[in-house]
Amino acid sequence: MIQRVYMFRRFERFWHWSQAGLIIFLLLTGFEIHGAYANFGFKKAVDYHVIAAWSLVGLWIFAIFWHLATGEWRHYIPTRKNVMVMAKFYSSGIFKHEPHPFRPSLVNKHNPLQRLTYLAILTMLSPLIWFTGWLYLFYADWAAWGLSKLQLEWVAVGHTVGAFLMLAFLISHLYLITTGHKVTSQVKAMITGWEELD
Amino acid sequence: MKPVFARVALGMCCAAWLAVAVAVPADEAKSAPKPLKLNTTADHTKFKELQNPFKSGPEVTKACLACHTEAAGQIHRTKHWKWEYLNPDTKQMLGKKTIVNNFCISIASNYASCTSCHVGYGWKDANFDFKSEENVDCLACHDTTGNYKKPPGLAGNVVTKDMEFPPGSGKILKAIDLSQIAQKVGKSSRDTCGACHFFGGGGDGVKHGDLDSSMSAPDKELDVHMDATGLDFTCATCHKTSSHDVAGSRYTPMAKDTKGAHMSGRADNGNPASCVACHGNGPHKKEPRLNQHTAKVACQTCHIPAFARGGVATKMTWDWSTAGQTDAQGQQITRKDAKGRITYESRKGDFTLAENVKPEYAWFNGHIEYTLLSDKIEKTDQRTPINKLGGSPTDGKSLIWPMKVFRGSQPYDPINKTLITPHTAGNDDTGFWKNLAWDKAIPVGMKDSGAPYSGKFEFIKTEMSWPITHMVAPKEKALGCTECHTKAGRLAGIEGVYLPGRDANKLVDTAGWGIALLTLLGMIGHGVLRVIRRKR
Repeated sequence: MIQRVYMFRRFERFWHWSQAGLIIFLLLTGFEIHGAYANFGFKKAVDYHVIAAWSLVGLWIFAIFWHLATGEWRHYIPTRKNVMVMAKFYSSGIFKHEPHPFRPSLVNKHNPLQRLTYLAILTMLSPLIWFTGWLYLFYADWAAWGLSKLQLEWVAVGHTVGAFLMLAFLISHLYLITTGHKVTSQVKAMITGWEELD
Repeated sequence: MKPVFARVALGMCCAAWLAVAVAVPADEAKSAPKPLKLNTTADHTKFKELQNPFKSGPEVTKACLACHTEAAGQIHRTKHWKWEYLNPDTKQMLGKKTIVNNFCISIASNYASCTSCHVGYGWKDANFDFKSEENVDCLACHDTTGNYKKPPGLAGNVVTKDMEFPPGSGKILKAIDLSQIAQKVGKSSRDTCGACHFFGGGGDGVKHGDLDSSMSAPDKELDVHMDATGLDFTCATCHKTSSHDVAGSRYTPMAKDTKGAHMSGRADNGNPASCVACHGNGPHKKEPRLNQHTAKVACQTCHIPAFARGGVATKMTWDWSTAGQTDAQGQQITRKDAKGRITYESRKGDFTLAENVKPEYAWFNGHIEYTLLSDKIEKTDQRTPINKLGGSPTDGKSLIWPMKVFRGSQPYDPINKTLITPHTAGNDDTGFWKNLAWDKAIPVGMKDSGAPYSGKFEFIKTEMSWPITHMVAPKEKALGCTECHTKAGRLAGIEGVYLPGRDANKLVDTAGWGIALLTLLGMIGHGVLRVIRRKR
């Protein structure tokens, strides 16, 4: 019997998709600034990258407030329980038509691997990107802030490392959303808010 | 009676008017000079002292000094007069009197020719009296007529009677009217400064690359500040002169002005001829990101996209080692390129010339050390620097500057290991330009310099850097981002700065793309396996 659960509320979906769009756009403009390819032209790429970055900052302010106000932040509390079960499912069970070992619910939206991944992004990858990005933006003020010893190269390399990790996450994320009940059920859930469960 | 009287009176008036009208010759009425735009309280045409026919430059100067009693003394303290400058940082004695370059090499033994650009009269040899007040040349800088000329070869003197020069050449130098020039003196102009500074190195645009006769009345494209129909700056607008002391120096230039826009009455009383002196350190209001560049990049780097943009070519190389070739009759020859520019002269050697030249770029902190005649130099594969420019990405005093780098080959004494100052100009038997004989020209020149000469010479490759600062283009023509923010851009050779778009950490890039690719392959593999297994 298929059950339908209203898993993702309107703000949550808005946050997810606008964040997804901004991150993809930031990757595109960022790698152009990095010299990996040419599309907008360097100047426009820089301008757009900065606009998108500040937009994402704004979005995050709302999202953090929303998570705190609604208690949704609890979905990112890590657990060691069932991590191995999940790993085993992805590495073998999924090929043998075994049932998904995790059943999401309103109080527990993410499987243990998701929790770990999202938490790592939240606490490690994002701070790396934000921190280096802000330093990059305020390059002219380093001397005034007493940071004249800081090298732009370190900041730039840190920012680039963050970008590559985000790219890798994006690729795996785009694939893993196909591993739900049906290939399209997870993406549908994030669009409509309704998730179909066995 | 009354009407008759009135008629007579009217007739007399008419006659008087006619008489006045006739008395003024028609030509003079037509060519009557435009009224001088007075921005001083004195109209020099009214001074009786200036209405005499002057027979020489010093006579004019004496008249000037009768009122401007301290002017000569002020001039005596300047580089323009002394051609001598003690660099306070390096303690090197510099100035035109001492330095050796890789253009015409040196003024020693060539005074009469070179000193046509001295602000004085009569510097014909090493015995010139630098204390003389009447030998100060006021008109070189204060002429407003454009008629004031100091032909090379006359030791800075002017021609007041038509004369044949050089004697026996059949060339006539025309006399100039010093009285007329003296009555119209005014502030210095692009033309007065340019009379020497546009022609440095022996011809129009030869030396600087960013100063040539096109700057006499430039359009906005060529120089946004000097634009003759726009802002119409003179040289002295930036090189703000006080007590005849002209701001700005090529020996101790200010590479990085951190003091912001200059305010009248500011305590430090500084007077830099820098961009920042007017524009401040953060002049990009609409594009604040550009202000971030000012920590590393000189204004000139972006705002002077190329030099020699006014249609006058500048010399880029000069090879003295090929000088001396003659035709079958033993006559001096010249060769020209397709554009009619001289690329070979028997008396000077081979040149290359160029217009619209993209500068080279270097970190520069304002310290310049010259290679002087007294310095021992080893001949190596590297070019010997005529001037060594200080600068590094880490000294906190340097910015990335545009440069004209002038490369040449010039005489060198392999025994004493010094540069050589040959006697070039002069209508005498030992002058190289006349007789093309190095063995005669070098001993005379070296003797005049007071330097030892071993009797042997060869040629040494040299280079000289000229920071570019004039010919500032309108902002629309400033460099775009990708002139530098790209793999092989203008700053490709500049080290010590991370340039987004140019630089990347190879390891991070390789690892990063590797991780992204492996993730992709992993996901594809996983997906394919799922599809295959599901079908079973």
